Amino acid sequence: MEKYLIKNLLEKDKIEMLPTRDGYGKGLLQAGEKDNRVVVLCADLSESTRSHWFAEKFPNRFIQIGVAEQNMATVAAGMANYGKIPFISSYATFSPGRNNEQIRTTISINNVPVKIAGAHAGVSVGPDGATHQALEDIALMRVQPNMVVIYPCDAIEAQKATFASAFNGSPTYIRLAREKTPVFTTKETPFKIGKAEVVHKGKDATIIACGPLLYEAIVAAEKLKKEGISVEVINNHTIKPMDAKTILTSVKKTKAVVTVEEHQIMGGMGSAVAEVLGQNFPAPVEMIGVHDRFGESGNPEELLNHFQLTHPFIIKAVKKVIKRKK
Amino acid sequence: MPYWQYVKGGLPIGRQNSSTGVIDNKEIKKLELMANNIRQDIIEMLLEAGSGHTAGPLGMADIFTAFYFHILNHNPKKPFWEDRDRLILSNGHICPVRYAAMARSGYFPVEELKTLRKFGTRLQGHPEREKLPGVETTSGPLGSGLGQAAGIAYAAKMDNRKFRVYALMSDGEQDAGNTWESAMFIAKNKLHNLTGVIDRNNIQIDGNTEDIMPLEPLRQKYESFNWNVIEVDGNNIGEFVNAVEEAKSVKDRPTLILANNVPGKGVSFMENRYEWHGNPPDSLNISGAPPKGEQGKKALEELKSIADKLK
Repeated sequence: MEKYLIKNLLEKDKIEMLPTRDGYGKGLLQAGEKDNRVVVLCADLSESTRSHWFAEKFPNRFIQIGVAEQNMATVAAGMANYGKIPFISSYATFSPGRNNEQIRTTISINNVPVKIAGAHAGVSVGPDGATHQALEDIALMRVQPNMVVIYPCDAIEAQKATFASAFNGSPTYIRLAREKTPVFTTKETPFKIGKAEVVHKGKDATIIACGPLLYEAIVAAEKLKKEGISVEVINNHTIKPMDAKTILTSVKKTKAVVTVEEHQIMGGMGSAVAEVLGQNFPAPVEMIGVHDRFGESGNPEELLNHFQLTHPFIIKAVKKVIKRKK
Repeated sequence: MPYWQYVKGGLPIGRQNSSTGVIDNKEIKKLELMANNIRQDIIEMLLEAGSGHTAGPLGMADIFTAFYFHILNHNPKKPFWEDRDRLILSNGHICPVRYAAMARSGYFPVEELKTLRKFGTRLQGHPEREKLPGVETTSGPLGSGLGQAAGIAYAAKMDNRKFRVYALMSDGEQDAGNTWESAMFIAKNKLHNLTGVIDRNNIQIDGNTEDIMPLEPLRQKYESFNWNVIEVDGNNIGEFVNAVEEAKSVKDRPTLILANNVPGKGVSFMENRYEWHGNPPDSLNISGAPPKGEQGKKALEELKSIADKLK
């Protein structure tokens, strides 16, 4: 699998940097070209969600809703009920935050294929502060029956996830980030909704990561390799439905897990992994994520370090979890 | 002056002489009898279920009858027919009236009405799109029906489809911000293929609407949101049908029909009493009503005697 990732993976200064929201914008264009049922709705944030590219190319299929996320969810539910494929675009704190009940009733219980793009997820939003840094959205979305939850690791994967979700026939949440992050997958890297990918092979512990922090997880694995610790890394981009098979196959081999995500520990991807392990193959788990607090202003790098989400903390967690193995 | 000040003895006055243009008196009489049947169905369903909402369904029986037996372009045997008119019920709690109208118009057997709210039923306490074909949307949580109707109307307009979308709302859910977000969106996009209907029955679960959160001047609110507003007696089928026809001819704005309804209509001890908003017959002892155990029987007797007069 490693061959599918870019070659100079660890030379961060040479890697292309793009925000995952760019991938969303490109994925919308690609889906819009393929199928004219695709429509894009936006709540007064078209440039920062990158839905303005779609608006420029397909003005008749772009619907400006204004600052009204609840209405955006309900209008999209109606359009999907009719037969369109609507994408609703805003910041994750507002959608699926503010409009959570509308999503539950009119999208999830209705079971209509609305795609919810939550941009500006995580503390890496930076200076805007806690109100705009969504840390609860995975928890909100993964507890809704019928909802698919995807958290792409870079702009290329975000484009693939956006395109694929247009045609999966289900309510789907796509989690996106504001900040530029390394583009380390390629067009050839496999991506299938619901299929986790082993991106780094190892035997002493399994790091299960999602979103742009997957890059930090791979860096941690490479550094640990030099210390003689062999770590498997899984790109768990689809949080729901979770690929239990890939996770269990790896954990049965390594018997120790570190989960990595830019989200609250409670209810996030790591919690979902713990649910799978607890019921199938109990193993020690260390969790990298935000521990029951809100974010704050700062630059993204400062904040990622402050909240202990970067590779030095992942390395520490791996060593700790290996010690916990019986 | 708010409408309820015109109300005497539970019957709105001053509208009895309205014209009946597109619908003749014979047809109206037929529909009134059907509405009476549906009211009896509602009482029987709620008695069987032992829970549910009474006042709203009884008040809206005339409008639902008008829709299912006169207005809607629909086919009960083909609930997913693409060109059907869409009837979106936002205030899902009044679903007994929809279920009864659907059964009576041939969507499913009338006997199935007795399964309301029971385990395994297709007639969920609040309607669900995936359970029962024909209910169009899942609803109950208030304020989200108008937006869904708007989405359908917008999509239909994009594709130049000719069917109409009707969005039925309660007055209580005019408290909800989502309703007004949708009202703005519909006016912005001049969705004249959509007609809104508000069940203006002046009650909500905790009391009278004007005590809970004043809505007046409701007509002017919608007018200032760039809607065309037609006010009717919602228990006058001819008047309502005419308003729906009038709405079709207005092309520059969406139309709202403000339907002044008597909650509990047809059962004297329930009319205009908010206590019957969220309770079934035989569930509470209140002044002016027969004791528990006799309410359902009394309600059915009253409705049957009204039917006899209509025949």
